[in-house]
Amino acid sequence: MKTEIAALVAATLAATAATADEVRVYNWSDYIDEELLTKFEEETGIDLIYDVFDSNEVLETKMLAGGSGYDVVVPTGSFLQRQIEAGAFQPLDFAQLPNAENLWDVIKERTDKYDPGNQYSINYMWGTTGIGADVGAVTEALGEDAPLDSLALIFDPANMEKLAECGVHFLDAPTEVIPAALKYLGEDPDSKDPEVIAKAEAVLLGVRPYIQKFHSSEYINALANGEICVAFGWSGDILQARDRAAEADNGVEIVYNAPKEGALMWFDQMAIPVDAPNPEAAHTFLNFIMDAQNMAAASNYVYYANGNEASQEFLIEDVIDDTAIYPDEATLENLYTFTPYPPQVQRTVTRLWTKVKSGT
Amino acid sequence: MRRFALIIVPYLWLVALFLVPFIIVLKISLSDYAVSIPPYTPLLDFSAGWEGLKRFFSQLDFDNFLFLTTDDLYWKAYLSSLKIAVVATFLTLLVGFPIAYGMAKAEESWRPMLLMLVILPFWTSFLIRVYSWMGILSQDGYLNQLLLAVGLISEPLRILNTNTAVYIGIVYTYLPFMVLPIYATLEKLDGSLLEAAEDLGCSRTSAFWLVTIPLSIPGIVAGCFLVFIPTIGEFVIPSLLGGSETLMIGKVLWDEFFSNRDWPLASAVAVILLLILVIPIVLFQRNEQKQREAEG
Repeated sequence: MKTEIAALVAATLAATAATADEVRVYNWSDYIDEELLTKFEEETGIDLIYDVFDSNEVLETKMLAGGSGYDVVVPTGSFLQRQIEAGAFQPLDFAQLPNAENLWDVIKERTDKYDPGNQYSINYMWGTTGIGADVGAVTEALGEDAPLDSLALIFDPANMEKLAECGVHFLDAPTEVIPAALKYLGEDPDSKDPEVIAKAEAVLLGVRPYIQKFHSSEYINALANGEICVAFGWSGDILQARDRAAEADNGVEIVYNAPKEGALMWFDQMAIPVDAPNPEAAHTFLNFIMDAQNMAAASNYVYYANGNEASQEFLIEDVIDDTAIYPDEATLENLYTFTPYPPQVQRTVTRLWTKVKSGT
Repeated sequence: MRRFALIIVPYLWLVALFLVPFIIVLKISLSDYAVSIPPYTPLLDFSAGWEGLKRFFSQLDFDNFLFLTTDDLYWKAYLSSLKIAVVATFLTLLVGFPIAYGMAKAEESWRPMLLMLVILPFWTSFLIRVYSWMGILSQDGYLNQLLLAVGLISEPLRILNTNTAVYIGIVYTYLPFMVLPIYATLEKLDGSLLEAAEDLGCSRTSAFWLVTIPLSIPGIVAGCFLVFIPTIGEFVIPSLLGGSETLMIGKVLWDEFFSNRDWPLASAVAVILLLILVIPIVLFQRNEQKQREAEG
């Protein structure tokens, strides 16, 4: 019995102590070509433990609690910025990242806002937040001239009342929806002024009765199955829904549009927690991801643009030539970015969000 | 000495698993939000000695508890959770009692198997069982398909993402917690008492109400507490099956903790929730004790 206990203790200790050949990655769900994971293990001999999440809040709480045990995590820019402030990440050692030369300056300039000097993170994917629509169902509800590419589709109660029948989902992410509502009103989407933010509340309460659900990942399947006809969601997710519907050949035709009024541009950044058990393997993983062909494989699979210029020659036409993924110059001009709310404003925003969702 | 040893074990258990975690949460609820790891100040630091301890205690305050009174969201959420817990407990009792009664009345050789059937679902992950309810209750789920096929309804019912689905989920999940204690008291029930009641001219129905029910009260009360207490802070079932109109304190806690990253305020919400639960439990136990003393 005693030896059994000793053996068990030893095994547990061995499992918790990170060995040199193990790396733990925490990434968004549906966000990589899983073949890449096997390829990484084969090439490097490092065991890869891959875990997923679907909200920045969950990731951030793990980071702030400390001791998450992850070696690589993927927060969105505005969340990354606050986590850097809290001291959650270690500066990257670029000597271990020769593939960093593949990174794209256009994106680096923009992520500099969240991670000054791009010291702590590299861009994995970026995209826009916009409108996914089931063309058939929406034109049936609103007529041929339905404004598929306008925020009026989802923020004008007259439109939403008619769309409620076929189902509308919104992201359950106030930092995505409130800026869009402000943009619809012609206000500064990045405003931190509670009075301006209150205007977004009015818009949202006006369309609230017609929104079936706030959720950040269910809409992919719901759109593809024809269960809902409109989703305000992330570009690549909606494009995945489009492809799933096409594969199922169920007569559902999905389109994605970045709103013509302007769309939120976001960046998911890979970073290494300050207490990562195996920072060396973490660097190996980042370097592997920044390889032009690997990064291209990931984008070709998930339909998101990446921050890797060298990967562009390996992208399939469906990705590189699609302006919903790689926007043209004019659309790029029209995209805006978002910075984190200060704590007191954050409270107002969460409160507003609870009110919008639950009516209380 | 042996007596002392016997008493100390449950107390150690209580201190290690209840008191220590509670003090940690209480301490965080008296702290302030900060952009750091962990996201609050002050931190207890013994290296600074006595002065450090004094500074630590002087930084604690009740601001977070005061804040809870400034916004009616919290009270509404507590009340709504209480309501959902009370209704769900009652529904579980309605479903659970007949099951327990049937089990206790069944042939003795059948009972172990019936008991097994009640416990068996626990062998599957709780999460998977709640997810399968999503498949049953959704717009084109099995329930709607069945009702449509039978012709009972012409339009699919909207059950998933409503409070109805939350009640179904809670009753389903906590049913064994209701059935088992009631079954335990009913099984021990002395059959000769019922015979005596009938001999004295009591009909079967009134014997049930006058003998069986009063004698099974301890089981009913235990079952109700086992269902009520976890239900009030339930988070998983309402977040998977409930819709946006489902307001429960578990969700408010989640928002404070994850969306606002305000651990101190989240802790204050949790402390109040605990007080709400502890007070009725203590009152209940006092009452039990008094009754026992009166009987003795």
